[in-house]
Amino acid sequence: MASLRCFLRSGKNAVSTALRREFHRTPPAAVQVTVRDALNQAMDEELERDERVFLLGEEVAQYDGAYKVSRGLWKKYGDNRIIDTPITEMGFAGIAVGAAMAGLRPICEFMTFNFSMQAIDQVINSAAKTYYMSAGLQAVPIVFRGPNGASAGVAAQHSQCFAAWYGHCPGLKVVSPWSAEDARGLLKSAIRDDNPVVFLENELMYGVPFEMSEESQSKDFLVPIGKAKIERPGNHITLVSHSRMVSLCLDAAAVLAKEGIECEVINLRSIRPLDTEAIETSIIKTNHLITVEGGWPQFGVGAEILARIMEGPAFNYLDSPAVRVTGVDIPMPYAKILEDNSVPQIKDIIFSVKKTLNV
Amino acid sequence: MQNMLTVIANALKAGAKINGAQTVSEGPRVVVSARSFADFTPQASFDIKRCDLHRLDEGPSVQTVLTREDGLRYYRTMQTMRRMELKADQLYKQKIIRGFCHLYDGQEACAVGIEAGINPTDHVITAYRAHGYTYTRGVPVKEIMAELTGRRGGVAKGKGGSMHMYATNFYGGNGIVGAQVPLGAGVALACQYQGKNEVCVTLYGDGAANQGQIFESFNMAALWKLPCIFICENNKYGMGTSVERASASTDYYKRGDYIPGIRVDGMDVLGVREATRFAANYCRSGKGPILMELQTYRYHGHSMSDPGVSYRTREEIQEVRSKSDPISMLKDRMISNNMASVEEIKDIDAEIRKEIEEAAQFATSDPEPPLEDLCNHIFYNDAPLEVRGTNPWTRLKSMS
Repeated sequence: MASLRCFLRSGKNAVSTALRREFHRTPPAAVQVTVRDALNQAMDEELERDERVFLLGEEVAQYDGAYKVSRGLWKKYGDNRIIDTPITEMGFAGIAVGAAMAGLRPICEFMTFNFSMQAIDQVINSAAKTYYMSAGLQAVPIVFRGPNGASAGVAAQHSQCFAAWYGHCPGLKVVSPWSAEDARGLLKSAIRDDNPVVFLENELMYGVPFEMSEESQSKDFLVPIGKAKIERPGNHITLVSHSRMVSLCLDAAAVLAKEGIECEVINLRSIRPLDTEAIETSIIKTNHLITVEGGWPQFGVGAEILARIMEGPAFNYLDSPAVRVTGVDIPMPYAKILEDNSVPQIKDIIFSVKKTLNV
Repeated sequence: MQNMLTVIANALKAGAKINGAQTVSEGPRVVVSARSFADFTPQASFDIKRCDLHRLDEGPSVQTVLTREDGLRYYRTMQTMRRMELKADQLYKQKIIRGFCHLYDGQEACAVGIEAGINPTDHVITAYRAHGYTYTRGVPVKEIMAELTGRRGGVAKGKGGSMHMYATNFYGGNGIVGAQVPLGAGVALACQYQGKNEVCVTLYGDGAANQGQIFESFNMAALWKLPCIFICENNKYGMGTSVERASASTDYYKRGDYIPGIRVDGMDVLGVREATRFAANYCRSGKGPILMELQTYRYHGHSMSDPGVSYRTREEIQEVRSKSDPISMLKDRMISNNMASVEEIKDIDAEIRKEIEEAAQFATSDPEPPLEDLCNHIFYNDAPLEVRGTNPWTRLKSMS
C-alpha cells in the first residue's frame, strides 16, 4: 500500500517531464473512494443507464439516505425514481417485488437488514421462489440492499447478521462486499442481474476509504457474483471471510507475517453462490482453513463452508481440522466492553491460526 | 324451427310452463337458420342492484346493456369455469390431484365480471383460489388441469401446482395470505411509472382483509395515487371462520378508510362488470386507488380437505345455489329476454362438457415433468448452475 503511493509520487514527476516531449501516457489514476461513495456512484450510474431502475426505502430521498448512501440522488432524479416510503417494510418490500414483476428494476433499501425480518416473506416467498414456481414465466429483477450485521452500540435488535438466513434460500443471490471496489462492482452486477439479489452492506465500512484503480471506476466495471477474491496470497493457512471481517483478517495476517506465518486471505464477496472452488484451491496449497465471520456460529456461513470442505476434494489436503471464528452465540449486548467481546477481534484470529498450525 | 322458437318465447314471457311436444315446421334450412338468428334480441338493458358507497357521491351505473354476444360469452366462460372446478373435485377425490386445491365454484361472476370490465392489457393478481382467474387471463383449461395434476403440459410445467399459475399480466396464484396485495400495489406502481394508462386489479378475501400488509398497501397506494383496484372477494368464510368471528368490522368496502369503496353483489356478473368499469375509470383518471367488496359465495369448502359443512349448514349452501347461482341467473335473464334459447344453452353446455373431458384426459395422460427439469428455473438469464443433490456426490444441473 505504502510502496504503491511512493511509486505514484515518483512516477508522476518522471511522467510529467516525459509528457512534454513524448506521446501522452496517463499513469493509472488511483483515487481514494469510501465504500459509501462507491455505492452512491454505482447507483447513480445505474439509474442513469436504465430508466427502469429506481430506489425506494425509508429516508432514501429527501434525507439523502439514513446513512447518506443515496446522497444527491433525489435531487438529480426526482420523486418518481427515488421514493421515500412510510415505515412499512412488509408493504414496501412487497410493492418493490410487484414492480419488479411488472417490468421495473427496483432497488429496495432496508434501513438495516434487521428490519427486513418484517418483510422476509416477500423476499423469500414472493421474490426468491417465483421464477421456479412459474417454471420460468415470471422473473423478479430486484435488489434488496442495506447495512447488515454488527454496528457500534446499537444493541441486540439492531446488530444481527443475516448472511446465513438469506444464504440458505435457493432462488436468491446473496452478496457481501468488503472494499469500495467490491461495493461498486457488485452493486452494479446486482442491479443488472435479472434475479433477486440480497446485497449485505456494513455500516462500519461505509466511511472506510479504499484505493480504486481507474479500471474499477469505469461505468461498466462489474464484479461477477459468485466469485471470491484473494486479497492477500499466502502459503501457510487459508483465512476465508466476508464483509468487515476481511479487514480484521488482513490485519491479523500482517501481524502473523512478522512471525513468519503467511496467511492467504480470501474475500468471499458472494455468500450465495459460494465460491467453493476458490477455497478448495487455496486449501490444496496451504493445508489449513479458518473461516471468520461476524455472525453467530450455529448454522452460519462458516458452518456451510466447513461442511462443503468435508464433502469435497480439499478434505484430503487438510493437515488439521478446519475451524470457524464467529460472533459469540449471544444477543448483542450494549456496553462497549461486552460488545467488543461479542465479535471476533484480531487477537481471536491470531489465536485460532496459531492453534490450527500448532505453534 | 321458427314456430318452435316463437312458442317458447311466448311461453316464457307469459311465465307459463311449457308442456307437450313441440311441432317443428320443416322449411328450407338456410332460410330457417338465418331467421332464427334474427329472432334473438341482439341486446337488452338490465337493472343492477345499487351499490353501497363509501366516500363516493356516485357509484356504478344501475343499468347496463348486455349484448347477446357478450352474454353468451360470459355464460360460456362461467360454465367452463364451473365444470373445470367440478372436474378438479373429481380428480382430487381420485387422488390424481394432490396437495392443496381451492375451488372457485359459486364465485364465477366475480372473475368473469372483472375481466369484462378491464382490458387484456390491464393487470390482475389474486391469492390461491386462482383457477378461475388463470382461465379468464388466457390460460387454456387443459394447461390449468395439467398443472393441477402436476404434468409437464401444465402452465407452470408441473412445478407450481394449484396455487402458482401465471400468465401475461397475471401474477398468480399466491400462497401466502395477503402477500399478493402489496405485490398488486407494486404492479400498479409500475403501471403509473410506465405511463401506459393501465390498472392493476388486486384481489384478496375476507380472511385476508385483516392482514396488516393490506393496510400498508392501502396507505402507500393512496399516498402515491397508484392505479390499483383493491377487490375483497367476501365469500363469508375465511377457511372455517365466519366473517363475524374474524373481523371487528365486516364492512369490507369501508376498511380502506380514506380510500373510496363500493359494495357489489358478486353473484351478478353484470353488476360486477359495471362496478369494475366504474372502478377502472376512477383509477385511470388519476384519482388513486379504489376498493370494491364483492359479496359472493363458495359452494365447496375452503379447500378439498375441508368438507365445508362443519361451520355452515347444507341448507345455507343449497339456498344460495337455488336462489343466487351466478350462472343460472345469467341464463335465466338471457332466455327470458329472448337473447338465447334453451337449446343453444344446452349445446353450449355439451360443448363445454366435451372440452373439460378432453382437458381431463390430457391432464391424466400427459407425462410428469422429466427429472432433468428438477433444478431448472432457479435463475433467469444466467449461466448453467450446479446444484447440490441430496448427497455430496450428486451434482445436478440448473438451466435458466
